[in-house]
Amino acid sequence: MERIPVLRMGSLLLITIQVDMHDKLALQLQEDVTQKISEWGSTGVLIDISSLEIVDSFIGRMLANIAAMSRVLGAETVVVGMQPAVAITLVELGMSLPGVRTALSVEAGMELLYGAVAGLQSGSEDEFVQA
Amino acid sequence: MSELADIISRNEEQIRTEWIRDMARSLQRGDLISKTELEEQSKAVLVAVVKGVQSGSNDVSSPGWSGARELLQQISASRARQGFSPVEVATFVLSLKQPIFSAIRHDLAKSQDKLFDTVWSATELLDRLALTTTEAVMNTREELISRQQLELLELSTPVVKLWDGILALPIIGTLDSARTQVVMENLLQTIVATNSKYAIIDITGVPTVDTLVAQHLLKTITAARLMGAECIISGVRPQIAQTIVHLGINLEDVVTKAKLSDALALALQRSGRTVVRTSEGSNSGRGILSNREG
Repeated sequence: MERIPVLRMGSLLLITIQVDMHDKLALQLQEDVTQKISEWGSTGVLIDISSLEIVDSFIGRMLANIAAMSRVLGAETVVVGMQPAVAITLVELGMSLPGVRTALSVEAGMELLYGAVAGLQSGSEDEFVQA
Repeated sequence: MSELADIISRNEEQIRTEWIRDMARSLQRGDLISKTELEEQSKAVLVAVVKGVQSGSNDVSSPGWSGARELLQQISASRARQGFSPVEVATFVLSLKQPIFSAIRHDLAKSQDKLFDTVWSATELLDRLALTTTEAVMNTREELISRQQLELLELSTPVVKLWDGILALPIIGTLDSARTQVVMENLLQTIVATNSKYAIIDITGVPTVDTLVAQHLLKTITAARLMGAECIISGVRPQIAQTIVHLGINLEDVVTKAKLSDALALALQRSGRTVVRTSEGSNSGRGILSNREG
């Protein structure tokens, strides 16, 4: 069965979405991410959607859900590389993904995650306030 | 109708000569169109009108008149582009009345009733043709206006790079939905192309900010945030600050600054840069930027 790979990079999870998302795939990904976080004790999740060109409200909600679920499990989520058209679509759909961190590139996203994870580990409350 | 067709066909030569002579006398816009061009156009129009009349229909929109209609539309459009006024273009057709009327009077002098009927159908016909030209002129102008609007839309939303990773978007004029769309797309494309983390939206040139404009701005800012860029609004004038508060617009999640320079300073600071003056009172007080490491 087709599924999106979830890669482990130290304490982080790396997910690159390179196919058109459909609902089943999104639900499977949600399942996998939560599974892997608890299995590997990951503290950060990076989702690269730079190849994603079509979104609907379900996929938007899926992204917000993954971020919320990860936070419950103690991991920060960063969504990187959103295309302009995708961003406009989500805004027009009224989904501003308030709880999700974003970054322009994988590099910037990694930096953000390392910062956030370091903040979490030192027990700082700042990151929660910002998120 | 056939009466009119007969008269026009029979007197075509004479009508043409008279028409061109009259027009040459009243030709006001010698600067815009040459005499030979005018004569050629007149000949073509009269031929087309004769053809239309011979089709046996008095209805300008019928297929028999399509040749005359197209020709007149074409001539009118080209004249509109040359700078003729609608009145001048319509007069071109309406000045055909006099030669036709005199031909009718000459041929039907004996029967008053017939004379009147034929004059009436000729008037009706020429008025319709004149209206066709006016419509064509208007269409040409409208095309011009809509094309200019489009160009204005594209020209009016420049995205400029202020520093490595810092963009500025000066907005001039009122933000409506169509413009916001263009502004938003432009900004987001440039954010991706230049990999910029900060975008400063300068609204100094926006005359009024109402709830709709604010909503458009917030949409743009949210879209930029989704892509991982941060927006700063600058150029908020005192009156606009008052309006925003009076209207109860919530801009609390957005960083706003009074001046573009303040916004740039903030963006530089957030990207880990400081501006340092190299020496007190040096020639231009020029500062250099240093990257703060770590």
